[in-house]
Amino acid sequence: MKILETENLSRIFGGVVAVNDVNFSVYEGMVNGLIGPNGAGKTTLFNQITGMDKPTRGKIMFDGKDITGLPAWKISRLGIARTFQNIRLYRELTVVENVMMGLHFKVGSDPFKGRFAQAVKSYFCASKENRELYAQAMEWLSFFGMESEAQEFARNLPYGRQRELEIARALAAEPKVLFLDEPAAGMNPAETEHLMGIVDKIKKHGITVVLIEHDMKLVMNICDNITVLSFGQKIAEGSPEEIRSNPLVIEAYLGREDD
Amino acid sequence: MLNFFQLIIIYAGIYALMAIGQNCITGNTGMLSLCHAGFFCIGSYATGIICKTLGLSFWLSLPVAAICSAVVGFLIGVPTLRLKGDYLCIATLGLGEIIRNIATNMNPVGLMSIPRAELFGYQFSSRNKVTFILLVWFFVLVAYILFRQLSHSRIGRAMTAVREDEVAAQSNGINVAKYKIGAFTLGAAIGGTAGCFATAYTLTVQPSSYTFMVSVMVLCMVVLGGMGNLLGVIVGAFIIEFIQYFPQLVGLSSVIPAQATQIIYGLCLVVLMIWRPQGILGRDKYRYGDPRSAKERLVSFFRRGEKKGGKA
Repeated sequence: MKILETENLSRIFGGVVAVNDVNFSVYEGMVNGLIGPNGAGKTTLFNQITGMDKPTRGKIMFDGKDITGLPAWKISRLGIARTFQNIRLYRELTVVENVMMGLHFKVGSDPFKGRFAQAVKSYFCASKENRELYAQAMEWLSFFGMESEAQEFARNLPYGRQRELEIARALAAEPKVLFLDEPAAGMNPAETEHLMGIVDKIKKHGITVVLIEHDMKLVMNICDNITVLSFGQKIAEGSPEEIRSNPLVIEAYLGREDD
Repeated sequence: MLNFFQLIIIYAGIYALMAIGQNCITGNTGMLSLCHAGFFCIGSYATGIICKTLGLSFWLSLPVAAICSAVVGFLIGVPTLRLKGDYLCIATLGLGEIIRNIATNMNPVGLMSIPRAELFGYQFSSRNKVTFILLVWFFVLVAYILFRQLSHSRIGRAMTAVREDEVAAQSNGINVAKYKIGAFTLGAAIGGTAGCFATAYTLTVQPSSYTFMVSVMVLCMVVLGGMGNLLGVIVGAFIIEFIQYFPQLVGLSSVIPAQATQIIYGLCLVVLMIWRPQGILGRDKYRYGDPRSAKERLVSFFRRGEKKGGKA
């Protein structure tokens, strides 16, 4: 079942068509891969879906709702979490505080209504709320086996751990769909292996994952469904086996034989 | 001598209020703003006009000043929402100057002989400094408690997130625009009340005194004391005011010209930025993710010195 779908989504920067009429589908409960050569428009597509960028035209449907052009904070409250290609942690905060930020809007029962009352209540019971958040954040850290680093500053973590922390922060909001933008970039093989385990765990948790990745081994191993972009256009979609043997995909990556 | 000490304490209190406001904008939310002199000006005028022109009580002027400054803070916050860092700094600098220039153009002399603040028939005058110290520092204490609580609540958490990374904050469901404008509004409100006390003390309002230098001084207090650390900010206010009145205090005002104080605190800042860039008290390591009990916290506070050298 499709949980998220884009219809003829386009993004034009001046004269450059970064994303051109893309119909991208995300299937519920699966790991959806998004691949393509550099500059294919993968991150632009991500940014549009998560509200960081406004589409030039087209429509984004999430869970039966039209979320086109909504601000990023609203979209994330609807249940779309993401990580970033260049890690964006709260560097001067501790690891556990980073995860607490991920829990930020989970405090109230309804993500939109009664926010003011929430804020007032939080003002008077700040330390109690902080303790609760702290306990919840520690649970998420234990999911990643990071309890021992909880009091470390986020900036002091090694690169691979920073990426994991970013995923932990995104997961803390208990999203329906988790977007990972090149989670394995810059990781060594052991770390990538560890990451694959994490993605698998997330999938078992019932959270739909969408990931952009250049590491083909990783993509082919963990993705259930792959979409290929090239020069802003969708050129293929299917299972890893179909993608591997698709001539258009091979051409996009390696060039045509008679060139 | 004692008189000067008392004067320093009073001004440190007034500026501590300003610095608490600036801290809300710069320390917590990470917006480099330079228009606190403008809020100060609005607060002073509010007291001046209410007490003298309208003949009403000083106590009424406090909420009015806070509301007027808050409205101006809100109006400054909205258009500068998209600006960051040095761009925001220049824009707010201009806006602060606009407020001062409007005041100057309306009446360059300002307001004179404003009636004193009164409480149950007792008049707070600059002659009896001790009661004035109590008055100002009572409000500093109130502001400290209010803003401390704020910085630990969900609003404060969201502000911290905005300071650390706006994009990440958005992706965590935080409405960045709301918190930025909110921080400006709150910071301006408390800056306005500082103006009230200044007027109540000097009993005059002169538009020429709300220059850009005042904003810079307030920013220095925040940076000096430690951004985002409320106690540090108050310490910063003390230090800057002490340096300001240092020549008079040691009776050397004829030897050291007034301008030299600016050189002294410029030097202090440079030295401090080299030795301790995070400010005197620095940031609290734990903001809300503190697992320790109150007792453990107290113990580690006093042991702070011993653990140094580990992590910078």
